[in-house]
Amino acid sequence: MTRRSAASQRTREASEQARTRQSTVIGGFAEVAVRTVAPIVLALVAGGLIIWVMGVNPILFYRDILVHATAGSGWQHSLTAMAPLLLIGLGLIVAFRARLWNLGYAGGYLLAAAVVAGVAPDVMHVMPFGAGILVLCTLAVMLGAVLGVLPAYLKATRGTNEIITSLMVSFIAIGLANLLVKGPFQDAQVSVPQTRVLEIEYMLPYIPGTRVHVGVVLAFVLVLIFHVLLTKSSFGLAVDVFGSTPRAAAHVGINTVRMTVTVFILSSGLIALAGAVDMLGLWGYMRTNWNPAYGDKIIPFVFLARLNPLGSIPLIAFYAMLATGGTIAAQQAGLPIDFLLILVALILFFMVIIEYLGTRRNLGMSYLPEGLFASGRAGVRG
Amino acid sequence: MIEVLSQPILTAFVVAVLANTTPLLLAAIGEAVGEQAGVLNLGIEGILLVGGYFGFVGALSAGSFWWGFLCGAVAGAVLSSVLMILCIWMRLNQIVVGIGLILAGTGVSGLLYNYAFANSKPRVGIEPWPIPLLSDIPVVGPAIFAQPGMLYLALLIPVLVSLWLYRTMPGLRLRVAGQSPASLDAAGGNVSGIRSLAVIFGGAMSGLGGAYLALVSAGTFTPGMTHGLGFLAIVVAMLARGSLARLVVIALIYGVFVAAGSVLQLTTAVIPNDVVTMMPFIVVLIVLVCVPKSTRVLPPALATAYVRGERG
Repeated sequence: MTRRSAASQRTREASEQARTRQSTVIGGFAEVAVRTVAPIVLALVAGGLIIWVMGVNPILFYRDILVHATAGSGWQHSLTAMAPLLLIGLGLIVAFRARLWNLGYAGGYLLAAAVVAGVAPDVMHVMPFGAGILVLCTLAVMLGAVLGVLPAYLKATRGTNEIITSLMVSFIAIGLANLLVKGPFQDAQVSVPQTRVLEIEYMLPYIPGTRVHVGVVLAFVLVLIFHVLLTKSSFGLAVDVFGSTPRAAAHVGINTVRMTVTVFILSSGLIALAGAVDMLGLWGYMRTNWNPAYGDKIIPFVFLARLNPLGSIPLIAFYAMLATGGTIAAQQAGLPIDFLLILVALILFFMVIIEYLGTRRNLGMSYLPEGLFASGRAGVRG
Repeated sequence: MIEVLSQPILTAFVVAVLANTTPLLLAAIGEAVGEQAGVLNLGIEGILLVGGYFGFVGALSAGSFWWGFLCGAVAGAVLSSVLMILCIWMRLNQIVVGIGLILAGTGVSGLLYNYAFANSKPRVGIEPWPIPLLSDIPVVGPAIFAQPGMLYLALLIPVLVSLWLYRTMPGLRLRVAGQSPASLDAAGGNVSGIRSLAVIFGGAMSGLGGAYLALVSAGTFTPGMTHGLGFLAIVVAMLARGSLARLVVIALIYGVFVAAGSVLQLTTAVIPNDVVTMMPFIVVLIVLVCVPKSTRVLPPALATAYVRGERG
């Protein structure tokens, strides 16, 4: 073979490669879109069949959801609902990327919400506005961090399963939140146990021209910051390495204990911040035994986003619209609100099935590797 | 003021202990069997609710408690078959599917209840099976020996399960499926078959627990009535480390705590209910922090799908 033909051969190979790379990029894009949207569509179809059996026209029902979620002031309600959802979703993403199952989200959110709602009137009356908000948010993050430390410490040093410890801490935090609202924080003027209502002038201001509080902006900014941190920084790489193979992480000098504790603190801190933002921006007071259970409903969407903070935004926006519009539409159609839970569960089931079919056909990596637990424990000494 | 140690109070206390312990016990047994086989069922909360709802419907429509319990167990088994298909046959992530089961169970039971009973809100009456003579003993008699027949069966189940797991070959195989599925496979055992059985049995037990909660402990079904009992069952099962005796003791301690709290509310001593429900978790956490050994609680192959020939 002459040198010339060899060179042209190489060029041909190179251009061939470039073309395949390009087609896989496009294919990858389409595939991600299919894998993300298909579960939602299938769940809506299956859910539609269920309500059709129950005597409600699914097409009209879904149309109502869309109308109530967007038309009039609907879009503002949906946007407001996104603030805590984005923050909790972000907290879950941080933990799940490190393959740490922080399931104590309910307690973190509620305890922070109770404490912030309880002390907010006092703090805001004595401090200037900005400083007061800052103090309250910091307080919430610190509370979350405290809740996150124990499961992280037990996981890192003893290998105790963080699912149970974070759940137990969560239950303790929920009990504590109820005790606080019934005890020291209770508003004596009202017969039902609830905290004092924060006056509207002390709550987070609205974005000019809307009725959406600035907590939403904060949530978006934090999502962007964490997106860069998790996907572009060395810390993010360390988290990913630690998550996929803790043993390798230990080998390259990542401190397992410090990493576990850091991730848990960040995760719980963000979730607790969601409680503060929700109280200061939307509710202004807290009742006992109130639990919006945001985390449960957000989890499927966090997975659908492939644990990518930026990718979680459209999915969480979708859920926020579903929740906002769905609540009103369900009431009007005489459907129990639990229908939304079934929809979310269906999305989750269809998601794992589609993921299964995808990995079967070798369409690329699944969003979660197999042997999750085994690898999770292997990094811990012993 | 009511005397704390008076007979009616003590009777109420024992009844409350049993009412709080039994559903937790049944659910925790179901979870423990699954865990020993290497399957983590995170969806107990949802299964309890579905079991409770269908148990309630069964008892209401058939007019018999036994039908109710049967319906509850079957409903629990059906819901957990989702976990069996997705996690054991298709080897998908057990935690993700478990969370799905929680959502589905909560949603389905709430949806159906609000659809069928939202306006009538019926209740079922207790159907006790008094045991002659024994039920005449003061305090303990009416509390323990005049309960629905299901209680006696429920108290027998841990013994039977313990015998199954630790004294029979099928039980040994089941535990090997959790400890070292590859060994079981090499020895000719059917890993996915055994795990499927464990999951279905666990689901039926949890469904039964839910039915007990609705029919006996509460007398009716209300959406979301479990309030985290399913998660507690997972904690109890993990802490018991496969020992059914430990499991019974832990469940009983929880029952005593909660019963003490609710009975004391009848008297002058007021302990907030929240403190009572927090106590078990605080105790468990203290144990976990102080006793290093107690943390090695789980079978090595828990929550991992078995793939033949895969490097471990």
